[in-house]
Amino acid sequence: MSAWEHFLRTFFNAEVMAKYLPDILRGTVVTVELAALIVVSGIGAGLLLALIRSLAIRPVNWLIIFVVDLFRSLPPLVIIVLVYFGLPSTGISASAFVSTWLSLALVLMAFAEEIFWAGITSVARGQWEAARSTGLSFGQTLIHVVLPQALRLTVAPLTNRTIAITKGTALGTVVALHEILGMASSAVSNSYNPSPLMMGAAAYLVLFLPVVVAARWIESRFAWKR
Amino acid sequence: MTSTVAEPIVVARGIHKHFGHLHVLKGVDLEVVERELVFVIGPSGSGKSTLLRCLNRLEEPNSGSITVAGIDMLSPRTDINHARQHIGMVFQSFNLYPHMTALGNVTLALRKVVGKSRAEADKLAHAALERVGLADRAGHRPAELSGGQQQRVAIARAIALEPRVMLFDEPTSALDPELVGSVLAVMRSLRESGMTMIVVSHEMGFARAAADRVVFMDNGLIVEQGPPAQIFEQPAHERTRAFIGQIRQH
Repeated sequence: MSAWEHFLRTFFNAEVMAKYLPDILRGTVVTVELAALIVVSGIGAGLLLALIRSLAIRPVNWLIIFVVDLFRSLPPLVIIVLVYFGLPSTGISASAFVSTWLSLALVLMAFAEEIFWAGITSVARGQWEAARSTGLSFGQTLIHVVLPQALRLTVAPLTNRTIAITKGTALGTVVALHEILGMASSAVSNSYNPSPLMMGAAAYLVLFLPVVVAARWIESRFAWKR
Repeated sequence: MTSTVAEPIVVARGIHKHFGHLHVLKGVDLEVVERELVFVIGPSGSGKSTLLRCLNRLEEPNSGSITVAGIDMLSPRTDINHARQHIGMVFQSFNLYPHMTALGNVTLALRKVVGKSRAEADKLAHAALERVGLADRAGHRPAELSGGQQQRVAIARAIALEPRVMLFDEPTSALDPELVGSVLAVMRSLRESGMTMIVVSHEMGFARAAADRVVFMDNGLIVEQGPPAQIFEQPAHERTRAFIGQIRQH
């Protein structure tokens, strides 16, 4: 057997791959569900926090900054472990799925808030003044004038951060979540063959490559000449 | 000019404004009657822009009283968003919304503040753009317009709301010299239509031709005021004389 054949047999073993394909697919479904939930709730909560912060109520903003800094500095893995193993002692127990969702959504929320906030503050003061001088309220100015300009600036950093954090769904393996990586690694231990891991990698590519491409498209759509 | 009615439409009394330890306005009184065009001149830092921005409460005065078109601007019971509809403002840096077309810039407040339907707002906005000579630029984004055109769209955005008073904060200072004329022409036609205007600017030629009154401010106070000929030719105060002399040299 040549070295090449040996390589193929080890990493792309057709038999093993066929056997564990259903597992990997099930894992993929879990990852997609989890990622979608994290993105929607994390970005939604982040935007909400940024909007609340723009109201400039001091004690509220201190709280927001504290929470945001906390979740930006803690490693996501630590948060997942804390939620999964720590919460039950307070009487609430969360499944592996919910723990991972909650943890990563909080992390995404924290980063998204900072990105939205940076976008909002980067809009020139003159835009606020012009809008307010025509009688638009604070909220109307925010929604119709400031946010559309701020969001355009946030698309690129937000997409990068979102991709990084949703890839973190793989961290769910530490609490025995059956997502792609979890399924792949248990298949590896059962079959003594790393091929399932390659399938897992392929699944991640299939999932995230389109997102990256879509982000590029959104970015060009949001752009307008200054 | 047939200014028979002399109803004061803007009355500001004892306006004080502090920025931290800086005392920018030190008790300014200003009264402007309907259809009057008042020019405010003065060295930079004299408080003229701050005074203008206090009139529609973009700046919050620390004390004093301001009434515009009968509305007590500083009363907590006043709906400031409603009151601001009556006070158009034009800024030095235009401040057009870059993500909207010229038409979108003009219709936004018509729809969201006045509550016009999209069709009505479009019609009014087209009329306003027509008045500033930009009917054919309605679909253009600010970045596709020259500075002069942008400023005229900004004027259209303000006049579309049919304000009782228009405030101009150095409307031509950011423009290339060859574009100033088009903006002044629009201001002149506004003036001829009877719009009450308060203008912070150093366009002396325009002031001489169109202003009813020139107000000279220095160091947070009104030093003197009067018809343009008097202020420019025979200023009573030494500070006014020095300032007029300085801007003449340019």
